[in-house]
Amino acid sequence: MSESPLMQAVPSTPGFRMIRTLGAIAMLSGLLVVLVFRWTEPIIAENQRIAIEKAVFQVVPGATQRVDVVLGADGMALATDAAGDGETVYAAFDEQGKLKGVALAAGAQGYQDVVKLLYGYDPACSCIRGIKILKMTETPGLGDKIAFDPGFLRNFEALSAVVNASGDGLTNPIKAVKHGHKQFAWEVDAISGATISSVAVANALNRSMQRMAPLIQRHRDALGEVAP
Amino acid sequence: MATLPHQQEKLGLDTFLRGLWEENPVFVMLLGMCPVLAVTNSTMNAIAMGLATTFVLVASSALISLLRNLIPKQVRIASYIVIIATFVTVVDYAIQAISLDLYNALGAFIQLIVANCVILGRAEAYASKQRLHTTLVNSLGMGAGFTVALLALGTVREVLGNGTLLGFQVMPANFEPWVVMILPPGGFFVLGSWLLLFAYIRQRRERRLLEQEGLSDAR
Repeated sequence: MSESPLMQAVPSTPGFRMIRTLGAIAMLSGLLVVLVFRWTEPIIAENQRIAIEKAVFQVVPGATQRVDVVLGADGMALATDAAGDGETVYAAFDEQGKLKGVALAAGAQGYQDVVKLLYGYDPACSCIRGIKILKMTETPGLGDKIAFDPGFLRNFEALSAVVNASGDGLTNPIKAVKHGHKQFAWEVDAISGATISSVAVANALNRSMQRMAPLIQRHRDALGEVAP
Repeated sequence: MATLPHQQEKLGLDTFLRGLWEENPVFVMLLGMCPVLAVTNSTMNAIAMGLATTFVLVASSALISLLRNLIPKQVRIASYIVIIATFVTVVDYAIQAISLDLYNALGAFIQLIVANCVILGRAEAYASKQRLHTTLVNSLGMGAGFTVALLALGTVREVLGNGTLLGFQVMPANFEPWVVMILPPGGFFVLGSWLLLFAYIRQRRERRLLEQEGLSDAR
Protein backbone atom coordinates (compact mmCIF):
# COMPACT_ATOMS: atom_id res chain seq x y z
CA MET A 1 0.00 0.00 0.00
CA SER A 2 1.76 3.21 -1.11
CA GLU A 3 1.11 6.60 0.42
CA SER A 4 -0.88 9.18 -1.45
CA PRO A 5 1.19 11.77 -3.37
CA LEU A 6 -0.12 14.55 -1.15
CA MET A 7 1.40 13.00 1.93
CA GLN A 8 4.78 12.45 0.34
CA ALA A 9 4.88 16.07 -0.74
CA VAL A 10 4.37 17.34 2.78
CA PRO A 11 6.77 15.68 5.19
CA SER A 12 5.41 16.76 8.54
CA THR A 13 5.36 15.93 12.20
CA PRO A 14 2.87 13.33 13.33
CA GLY A 15 1.17 16.01 15.42
CA PHE A 16 0.57 18.10 12.36
CA ARG A 17 -0.77 15.12 10.49
CA MET A 18 -3.21 14.31 13.25
CA ILE A 19 -4.54 17.85 13.34
CA ARG A 20 -4.79 17.93 9.59
CA THR A 21 -6.72 14.65 9.44
CA LEU A 22 -9.10 15.63 12.20
CA GLY A 23 -9.60 19.05 10.64
CA ALA A 24 -10.33 17.60 7.23
CA ILE A 25 -12.79 15.07 8.65
CA ALA A 26 -14.50 17.73 10.74
CA MET A 27 -14.83 19.98 7.69
CA LEU A 28 -16.21 17.16 5.61
CA SER A 29 -18.75 16.28 8.27
CA GLY A 30 -19.70 19.92 8.73
CA LEU A 31 -20.34 20.22 5.01
CA LEU A 32 -22.50 17.10 5.01
CA VAL A 33 -24.55 18.23 8.00
CA VAL A 34 -25.13 21.68 6.52
CA LEU A 35 -26.21 20.18 3.18
CA VAL A 36 -28.70 17.85 4.81
CA PHE A 37 -29.95 20.59 7.12
CA ARG A 38 -30.59 22.98 4.24
CA TRP A 39 -32.32 20.24 2.32
CA THR A 40 -34.61 19.03 5.12
CA GLU A 41 -35.33 22.39 6.80
CA PRO A 42 -38.35 23.37 4.66
CA ILE A 43 -39.75 19.82 4.81
CA ILE A 44 -39.48 19.75 8.61
CA ALA A 45 -41.07 23.19 8.93
CA GLU A 46 -43.91 22.05 6.69
CA ASN A 47 -44.36 18.87 8.75
CA GLN A 48 -44.55 20.93 11.92
CA ARG A 49 -47.08 23.28 10.38
CA ILE A 50 -49.27 20.36 9.29
CA ALA A 51 -48.98 18.75 12.71
CA ILE A 52 -50.10 21.98 14.45
CA GLU A 53 -52.89 22.51 11.94
CA LYS A 54 -54.19 18.99 12.38
CA ALA A 55 -54.11 19.34 16.16
CA VAL A 56 -55.89 22.72 16.06
CA PHE A 57 -58.70 21.42 13.88
CA GLN A 58 -58.98 18.39 16.13
CA VAL A 59 -59.46 20.36 19.35
CA VAL A 60 -61.82 22.94 17.82
CA PRO A 61 -64.64 20.92 16.24
CA GLY A 62 -65.89 22.33 12.97
CA ALA A 63 -62.86 24.51 12.28
CA THR A 64 -61.22 24.55 8.86
CA GLN A 65 -59.06 27.68 8.93
CA ARG A 66 -56.71 29.17 11.46
CA VAL A 67 -55.04 32.49 12.23
CA ASP A 68 -52.14 32.78 14.66
CA VAL A 69 -52.68 35.56 17.18
CA VAL A 70 -50.58 36.87 20.04
CA LEU A 71 -52.63 37.59 23.15
CA GLY A 72 -51.05 39.52 25.99
CA ALA A 73 -51.91 41.81 28.87
CA ASP A 74 -51.50 44.82 26.57
CA GLY A 75 -53.85 43.58 23.88
CA MET A 76 -53.98 41.46 20.79
CA ALA A 77 -51.92 41.32 17.63
CA LEU A 78 -51.50 39.07 14.63
CA ALA A 79 -48.59 36.70 15.10
CA THR A 80 -47.17 37.87 11.78
CA ASP A 81 -46.89 41.44 13.14
CA ALA A 82 -45.13 40.13 16.24
CA ALA A 83 -45.76 43.27 18.27
CA GLY A 84 -45.79 43.23 22.05
CA ASP A 85 -45.33 40.12 24.12
CA GLY A 86 -47.91 37.55 25.03
CA GLU A 87 -48.89 34.03 24.25
CA THR A 88 -49.42 32.72 20.73
CA VAL A 89 -52.87 31.22 20.32
CA TYR A 90 -54.58 29.80 17.25
CA ALA A 91 -57.92 31.35 16.39
CA ALA A 92 -59.92 28.75 14.47
CA PHE A 93 -62.71 29.55 12.02
CA ASP A 94 -65.19 27.55 9.99
CA GLU A 95 -65.58 27.97 6.25
CA GLN A 96 -67.88 30.99 6.59
CA GLY A 97 -65.21 32.77 8.65
CA LYS A 98 -67.10 32.42 11.91
CA LEU A 99 -64.98 32.06 15.06
CA LYS A 100 -65.38 28.48 16.26
CA GLY A 101 -62.88 28.63 19.07
CA VAL A 102 -59.32 29.30 20.11
CA ALA A 103 -56.65 26.62 20.38
CA LEU A 104 -54.02 27.10 23.08
CA ALA A 105 -50.95 25.20 24.20
CA ALA A 106 -50.58 24.19 27.84
CA GLY A 107 -48.33 21.99 29.92
CA ALA A 108 -47.90 20.62 33.43
CA GLN A 109 -45.69 18.18 35.27
CA GLY A 110 -46.90 14.63 34.80
CA TYR A 111 -45.69 11.36 36.29
CA GLN A 112 -42.32 11.26 34.54
CA ASP A 113 -41.97 14.46 32.58
CA VAL A 114 -43.96 17.48 31.46
CA VAL A 115 -47.20 16.69 29.65
CA LYS A 116 -47.68 19.12 26.76
CA LEU A 117 -51.06 19.48 25.16
CA LEU A 118 -53.15 21.62 22.87
CA TYR A 119 -56.77 22.39 23.77
CA GLY A 120 -59.64 24.22 22.17
CA TYR A 121 -61.57 26.91 24.03
CA ASP A 122 -64.95 28.03 22.75
CA PRO A 123 -65.67 31.60 23.98
CA ALA A 124 -69.35 31.29 23.01
CA CYS A 125 -70.07 28.54 25.55
CA SER A 126 -67.14 29.41 27.86
CA CYS A 127 -65.99 25.85 27.71
CA ILE A 128 -63.19 23.62 26.54
CA ARG A 129 -64.12 21.62 23.43
CA GLY A 130 -61.28 19.17 23.06
CA ILE A 131 -57.71 18.35 23.98
CA LYS A 132 -54.82 16.69 22.21
CA ILE A 133 -51.69 15.49 23.96
CA LEU A 134 -48.70 16.73 21.98
CA LYS A 135 -45.86 15.33 24.02
CA MET A 136 -45.65 13.08 27.05
CA THR A 137 -43.61 10.30 28.55
CA GLU A 138 -46.30 8.84 30.80
CA THR A 139 -46.25 5.13 31.63
CA PRO A 140 -47.44 3.08 28.63
CA GLY A 141 -50.64 1.23 29.41
CA LEU A 142 -51.44 3.42 32.41
CA GLY A 143 -50.67 7.13 32.24
CA ASP A 144 -50.60 7.31 28.47
CA LYS A 145 -54.34 6.63 28.43
CA ILE A 146 -54.82 10.40 28.86
CA ALA A 147 -54.11 10.65 25.13
CA PHE A 148 -56.77 8.24 23.85
CA ASP A 149 -59.04 6.86 26.60
CA PRO A 150 -62.54 7.63 25.24
CA GLY A 151 -64.08 7.98 28.70
CA PHE A 152 -61.42 10.45 29.75
CA LEU A 153 -61.60 12.48 26.54
CA ARG A 154 -65.36 12.80 27.01
CA ASN A 155 -64.49 15.15 29.92
CA PHE A 156 -63.36 17.70 27.39
CA GLU A 157 -66.37 17.82 25.12
CA ALA A 158 -67.79 20.69 27.18
CA LEU A 159 -65.57 21.37 30.18
CA SER A 160 -66.79 24.56 31.81
CA ALA A 161 -64.33 27.45 32.15
CA VAL A 162 -66.43 30.51 33.03
CA VAL A 163 -64.66 33.80 33.71
CA ASN A 164 -65.45 35.26 37.14
CA ALA A 165 -67.14 38.62 37.78
CA SER A 166 -63.92 40.57 38.35
CA GLY A 167 -62.54 39.21 35.06
CA ASP A 168 -59.17 38.01 36.35
CA GLY A 169 -59.69 34.27 36.53
CA LEU A 170 -62.19 31.44 36.50
CA THR A 171 -65.30 31.24 38.67
CA ASN A 172 -64.59 27.58 39.33
CA PRO A 173 -61.05 26.31 38.86
CA ILE A 174 -60.74 23.25 36.67
CA LYS A 175 -59.68 20.29 38.75
CA ALA A 176 -59.41 16.54 38.54
CA VAL A 177 -61.53 14.37 40.83
CA LYS A 178 -61.29 10.68 41.62
CA HIS A 179 -62.67 8.35 38.96
CA GLY A 180 -66.47 8.29 39.06
CA HIS A 181 -66.78 11.33 41.35
CA LYS A 182 -67.38 14.02 38.73
CA GLN A 183 -70.27 16.24 39.83
CA PHE A 184 -69.79 19.60 38.16
CA ALA A 185 -69.11 20.72 34.62
CA TRP A 186 -65.66 22.08 35.59
CA GLU A 187 -64.41 18.82 37.06
CA VAL A 188 -62.28 16.27 35.23
CA ASP A 189 -63.08 12.63 35.90
CA ALA A 190 -59.64 11.06 36.41
CA ILE A 191 -58.68 7.69 34.92
CA SER A 192 -58.37 5.11 37.68
CA GLY A 193 -54.74 3.98 37.78
CA ALA A 194 -53.60 7.14 36.03
CA THR A 195 -54.53 9.77 38.59
CA ILE A 196 -51.24 11.68 38.43
CA SER A 197 -51.40 11.98 34.65
CA SER A 198 -55.08 13.01 34.78
CA VAL A 199 -54.29 15.65 37.41
CA ALA A 200 -51.48 16.92 35.18
CA VAL A 201 -53.95 17.49 32.34
CA ALA A 202 -56.40 19.27 34.65
CA ASN A 203 -53.60 21.41 36.13
CA ALA A 204 -52.32 22.37 32.70
CA LEU A 205 -55.82 23.39 31.58
CA ASN A 206 -56.54 25.27 34.81
CA ARG A 207 -53.30 27.23 34.84
CA SER A 208 -53.63 28.19 31.20
CA MET A 209 -57.34 29.03 31.42
CA GLN A 210 -57.01 31.12 34.61
CA ARG A 211 -54.73 33.43 32.64
CA MET A 212 -56.05 33.17 29.10
CA ALA A 213 -59.85 32.78 29.38
CA PRO A 214 -60.33 36.38 30.64
CA LEU A 215 -58.07 37.68 27.86
CA ILE A 216 -59.93 35.71 25.18
CA GLN A 217 -63.31 36.89 26.44
CA ARG A 218 -62.11 40.50 26.54
CA HIS A 219 -60.86 40.31 22.95
CA ARG A 220 -63.63 38.06 21.71
CA ASP A 221 -64.97 40.53 19.15
CA ALA A 222 -61.53 41.45 17.90
CA LEU A 223 -60.71 37.74 17.51
CA GLY A 224 -63.80 37.24 15.40
CA GLU A 225 -62.63 39.99 13.03
CA VAL A 226 -59.24 38.52 12.14
CA ALA A 227 -60.91 35.77 10.09
CA PRO A 228 -58.90 34.90 6.98
CA MET B 1 2.01 3.36 6.76
CA ALA B 2 3.37 0.55 4.66
CA THR B 3 1.60 -2.65 3.85
CA LEU B 4 -1.28 -3.52 6.11
CA PRO B 5 -0.53 -6.30 8.54
CA HIS B 6 -4.07 -7.57 8.34
CA GLN B 7 -5.34 -10.21 6.02
CA GLN B 8 -7.81 -8.80 3.51
CA GLU B 9 -10.97 -10.80 3.70
CA LYS B 10 -12.32 -12.38 0.52
CA LEU B 11 -15.83 -11.32 -0.32
CA GLY B 12 -18.30 -14.16 0.06
CA LEU B 13 -21.77 -14.97 1.19
CA ASP B 14 -20.40 -15.50 4.67
CA THR B 15 -19.31 -11.85 4.81
CA PHE B 16 -22.96 -10.89 4.83
CA LEU B 17 -24.46 -13.81 6.73
CA ARG B 18 -22.04 -13.54 9.64
CA GLY B 19 -23.87 -10.45 10.92
CA LEU B 20 -27.20 -12.22 10.77
CA TRP B 21 -26.29 -15.38 12.64
CA GLU B 22 -22.76 -16.26 13.72
CA GLU B 23 -21.84 -12.77 14.94
CA ASN B 24 -25.30 -11.30 15.39
CA PRO B 25 -24.63 -7.99 17.18
CA VAL B 26 -27.52 -8.42 19.61
CA PHE B 27 -28.00 -12.12 20.20
CA VAL B 28 -24.38 -13.23 20.03
CA MET B 29 -22.16 -10.21 20.71
CA LEU B 30 -24.65 -8.51 23.08
CA LEU B 31 -23.76 -5.05 21.78
CA GLY B 32 -25.94 -1.97 21.61
CA MET B 33 -28.30 -3.17 24.33
CA CYS B 34 -29.56 0.32 25.18
CA PRO B 35 -31.65 0.93 22.03
CA VAL B 36 -32.48 -2.77 21.86
CA LEU B 37 -34.28 -2.60 25.19
CA ALA B 38 -35.56 0.95 24.96
CA VAL B 39 -37.25 1.37 21.59
CA THR B 40 -38.56 -2.11 20.89
CA ASN B 41 -41.94 -1.55 22.52
CA SER B 42 -43.56 -1.50 19.10
CA THR B 43 -42.77 -3.07 15.75
CA MET B 44 -42.73 0.26 13.93
CA ASN B 45 -40.20 1.74 16.33
CA ALA B 46 -38.06 -1.37 15.99
CA ILE B 47 -38.06 -1.17 12.19
CA ALA B 48 -37.27 2.55 12.19
CA MET B 49 -34.49 2.18 14.73
CA GLY B 50 -33.05 -0.81 12.88
CA LEU B 51 -33.02 0.98 9.53
CA ALA B 52 -31.57 4.17 11.02
CA THR B 53 -28.79 2.22 12.72
CA THR B 54 -28.13 0.22 9.55
CA PHE B 55 -27.80 3.39 7.51
CA VAL B 56 -25.37 4.95 9.97
CA LEU B 57 -23.44 1.68 10.19
CA VAL B 58 -23.10 1.21 6.44
CA ALA B 59 -22.36 4.86 5.62
CA SER B 60 -19.82 5.39 8.38
CA SER B 61 -18.11 2.03 7.77
CA ALA B 62 -17.82 2.84 4.07
CA LEU B 63 -16.25 6.24 4.73
CA ILE B 64 -13.92 4.85 7.36
CA SER B 65 -12.87 2.07 5.01
CA LEU B 66 -12.12 4.64 2.30
CA LEU B 67 -10.09 6.79 4.69
CA ARG B 68 -8.44 3.89 6.49
CA ASN B 69 -4.98 4.65 5.16
CA LEU B 70 -5.22 8.38 5.81
CA ILE B 71 -6.30 8.34 9.46
CA PRO B 72 -3.35 8.22 11.86
CA LYS B 73 -3.66 5.50 14.49
CA GLN B 74 -3.54 7.95 17.41
CA VAL B 75 -6.62 9.91 16.38
CA ARG B 76 -8.63 7.09 14.84
CA ILE B 77 -11.28 6.85 17.56
CA ALA B 78 -11.90 10.60 17.44
CA SER B 79 -12.16 10.46 13.65
CA TYR B 80 -14.57 7.52 13.78
CA ILE B 81 -16.79 9.29 16.29
CA VAL B 82 -16.92 12.46 14.19
CA ILE B 83 -17.82 10.45 11.10
CA ILE B 84 -20.47 8.43 12.95
CA ALA B 85 -21.91 11.58 14.56
CA THR B 86 -22.22 13.17 11.12
CA PHE B 87 -24.31 10.36 9.75
CA VAL B 88 -26.40 10.24 12.92
CA THR B 89 -27.20 13.93 12.46
CA VAL B 90 -28.13 13.22 8.84
CA VAL B 91 -30.50 10.44 9.97
CA ASP B 92 -31.89 12.68 12.69
CA TYR B 93 -32.92 15.35 10.18
CA ALA B 94 -34.14 12.75 7.69
CA ILE B 95 -36.49 11.13 10.20
CA GLN B 96 -37.83 14.55 11.22
CA ALA B 97 -38.53 15.21 7.57
CA ILE B 98 -40.19 11.82 7.05
CA SER B 99 -42.47 11.76 10.08
CA LEU B 100 -42.62 13.87 13.22
CA ASP B 101 -44.69 11.21 15.00
CA LEU B 102 -41.99 8.64 14.43
CA TYR B 103 -39.36 11.14 15.53
CA ASN B 104 -41.22 11.77 18.79
CA ALA B 105 -41.67 8.05 19.37
CA LEU B 106 -37.97 7.33 19.00
CA GLY B 107 -37.06 10.26 21.24
CA ALA B 108 -33.43 10.63 22.23
CA PHE B 109 -32.44 7.23 20.88
CA ILE B 110 -31.73 8.50 17.38
CA GLN B 111 -29.03 10.81 18.72
CA LEU B 112 -27.77 8.00 20.92
CA ILE B 113 -26.90 5.91 17.85
CA VAL B 114 -23.59 7.80 18.09
CA ALA B 115 -22.76 5.82 21.19
CA ASN B 116 -23.97 2.50 19.79
CA CYS B 117 -21.02 0.18 20.23
CA VAL B 118 -22.07 -1.99 17.28
CA ILE B 119 -21.05 0.85 14.98
CA LEU B 120 -17.82 1.85 16.68
CA GLY B 121 -17.02 -1.84 17.04
CA ARG B 122 -17.44 -2.41 13.31
CA ALA B 123 -15.33 0.64 12.53
CA GLU B 124 -12.47 -0.48 14.75
CA ALA B 125 -12.61 -4.21 14.12
CA TYR B 126 -13.51 -4.34 10.47
CA ALA B 127 -13.90 -1.17 8.41
CA SER B 128 -10.50 0.23 9.41
CA LYS B 129 -8.78 -2.87 8.04
CA GLN B 130 -10.82 -4.12 5.11
CA ARG B 131 -11.46 -2.90 1.60
CA LEU B 132 -14.56 -0.93 0.69
CA HIS B 133 -16.67 -3.63 -0.92
CA THR B 134 -16.20 -6.24 1.79
CA THR B 135 -16.84 -3.55 4.40
CA LEU B 136 -20.07 -2.55 2.69
CA VAL B 137 -21.35 -6.11 2.58
CA ASN B 138 -20.26 -6.91 6.10
CA SER B 139 -21.77 -3.81 7.66
CA LEU B 140 -24.96 -4.35 5.69
CA GLY B 141 -25.13 -7.84 7.17
CA MET B 142 -24.49 -6.50 10.67
CA GLY B 143 -27.18 -3.87 10.19
CA ALA B 144 -29.61 -6.50 8.96
CA GLY B 145 -28.76 -8.66 11.96
CA PHE B 146 -29.38 -5.74 14.29
CA THR B 147 -32.68 -4.91 12.59
CA VAL B 148 -33.84 -8.52 12.71
CA ALA B 149 -32.99 -8.67 16.41
CA LEU B 150 -34.91 -5.45 17.12
CA LEU B 151 -37.83 -6.84 15.13
CA ALA B 152 -37.73 -10.09 17.08
CA LEU B 153 -38.12 -8.12 20.29
CA GLY B 154 -40.49 -5.50 18.92
CA THR B 155 -43.06 -7.88 17.46
CA VAL B 156 -43.24 -10.06 20.56
CA ARG B 157 -43.53 -7.07 22.84
CA GLU B 158 -46.18 -5.34 20.75
CA VAL B 159 -48.30 -8.46 20.28
CA LEU B 160 -48.22 -9.43 23.94
CA GLY B 161 -48.20 -5.96 25.42
CA ASN B 162 -50.72 -4.26 23.18
CA GLY B 163 -52.48 -7.03 21.26
CA THR B 164 -51.50 -5.38 17.97
CA LEU B 165 -48.93 -5.81 15.23
CA LEU B 166 -47.86 -2.68 13.35
CA GLY B 167 -50.98 -1.06 14.82
CA PHE B 168 -53.42 -3.72 13.60
CA GLN B 169 -55.32 -5.82 16.11
CA VAL B 170 -54.04 -9.40 15.95
CA MET B 171 -55.13 -10.77 19.30
CA PRO B 172 -58.79 -11.63 20.03
CA ALA B 173 -60.80 -8.76 21.44
CA ASN B 174 -61.07 -10.33 24.91
CA PHE B 175 -57.27 -10.58 25.19
CA GLU B 176 -56.03 -8.55 28.13
CA PRO B 177 -52.68 -6.98 27.07
CA TRP B 178 -49.69 -7.73 29.28
CA VAL B 179 -48.77 -4.14 29.95
CA VAL B 180 -45.46 -5.17 31.51
CA MET B 181 -44.25 -6.22 28.04
CA ILE B 182 -44.29 -2.61 26.82
CA LEU B 183 -42.62 -1.37 30.00
CA PRO B 184 -38.85 -1.68 30.45
CA PRO B 185 -39.00 -5.03 32.35
CA GLY B 186 -40.75 -6.57 29.36
CA GLY B 187 -37.70 -5.72 27.25
CA PHE B 188 -35.50 -7.72 29.58
CA PHE B 189 -37.93 -10.65 29.67
CA VAL B 190 -38.18 -10.89 25.90
CA LEU B 191 -34.45 -10.35 25.34
CA GLY B 192 -33.70 -13.03 27.92
CA SER B 193 -36.06 -15.46 26.22
CA TRP B 194 -34.51 -14.87 22.81
CA LEU B 195 -30.98 -15.26 24.21
CA LEU B 196 -32.06 -18.54 25.83
CA LEU B 197 -33.41 -19.79 22.53
CA PHE B 198 -30.29 -18.75 20.62
CA ALA B 199 -27.96 -20.31 23.18
CA TYR B 200 -29.99 -23.52 23.15
CA ILE B 201 -29.88 -23.83 19.36
CA ARG B 202 -26.16 -23.13 19.23
CA GLN B 203 -25.41 -25.60 21.95
CA ARG B 204 -27.47 -28.32 20.35
CA ARG B 205 -25.75 -27.74 17.05
CA GLU B 206 -22.31 -27.94 18.63
CA ARG B 207 -23.24 -31.16 20.41
CA ARG B 208 -24.42 -32.66 17.12
CA LEU B 209 -21.15 -31.69 15.47
CA LEU B 210 -19.19 -33.28 18.29
CA GLU B 211 -21.23 -36.46 18.08
CA GLN B 212 -20.68 -36.67 14.34
CA GLU B 213 -16.97 -36.19 14.81
CA GLY B 214 -16.96 -38.85 17.47
CA LEU B 215 -18.70 -41.25 15.11
CA SER B 216 -16.30 -40.60 12.25
CA ASP B 217 -13.34 -41.03 14.60
CA ALA B 218 -14.65 -44.36 15.76
CA ARG B 219 -14.88 -45.64 12.23
